[in-house]
Amino acid sequence: MLLNQFLLLSAILFSIGVYGVIVRKNGVLVLMSIELVLNAVNINLIVFSTYWGNSGQVFALFTIAIAAAEVGVGLAIVLLIYRNQRSVDIDELDELKG
Amino acid sequence: MSSVAVVDSVASVFAQVVPASAAETTFDVPANVVFAVQAVFMIFAAIRVVTTKNVVHAALWLVVVLGGVGLNYVLLQAEFVAVTQFLVYLGAVIVLFLFGVMLTRAPLGVSEDLDNNQKKIGIGVGVALLGVLTYALIESFGRSELTFAAYSGTSEVNTNGRTQALSDTIFSQYLIPFEMLSLLLLAALIGAIVLARRD
Repeated sequence: MLLNQFLLLSAILFSIGVYGVIVRKNGVLVLMSIELVLNAVNINLIVFSTYWGNSGQVFALFTIAIAAAEVGVGLAIVLLIYRNQRSVDIDELDELKG
Repeated sequence: MSSVAVVDSVASVFAQVVPASAAETTFDVPANVVFAVQAVFMIFAAIRVVTTKNVVHAALWLVVVLGGVGLNYVLLQAEFVAVTQFLVYLGAVIVLFLFGVMLTRAPLGVSEDLDNNQKKIGIGVGVALLGVLTYALIESFGRSELTFAAYSGTSEVNTNGRTQALSDTIFSQYLIPFEMLSLLLLAALIGAIVLARRD
């Protein structure tokens, strides 16, 4: 197996995730796209741990834990936005625009 | 766990079929078939996550992507991380997302109002990013082979040994970051409760 087949798969997932972050309007869907990006990074870490050594797996575990924490806090923030605005539309949050 | 067992048994069958010299360096055909099939599924599902017009369907397509990532870990012989991926992502994160969808009263049916008008910018950025990444990866790694010592070597480098080595690494070299991570999880837990409660 080539190293690059995994790396290219993760690059594709990363690009799709970035597209989702840019295009989506709903806060929950933006968080899902961020999950795609984080998972793409995790594939990279695991591939290089298979290639060079164990540290990549440790960092992948750290990323999984931090991503879980990020989803928890992020959804709490989205919930708060919903309570204040009656909507989770990210594009409507322009009160700092002046 | 069953997918681990399936890949394991396929691997052991294949290791007996191919000549020892071929099995020593790479472990190609079945792993590549599994990889190709799940890569196609994952890319299709990922595109559906960012294009579907139904919020709940996006969460369900995300299950396919996250499961495929876990299968990738199995293919790369990172079993512990794979099981963690299945438990944390498929077990916890997806349920959190579904709760988020329900609590924010997202439109449960088909909705035309999920995307903004930046589609062209998004496609441009995505394609440009993919082009740069592809160029850089092919330039740097070309046709480097991944070697799979676990199925061709002796029991010294078998898969259990890898998990053992992983735990050794976490609890010696990375002990302090690991403890900081538990503090971070505690802070995130308290932060989420404080943010989400009604006062």
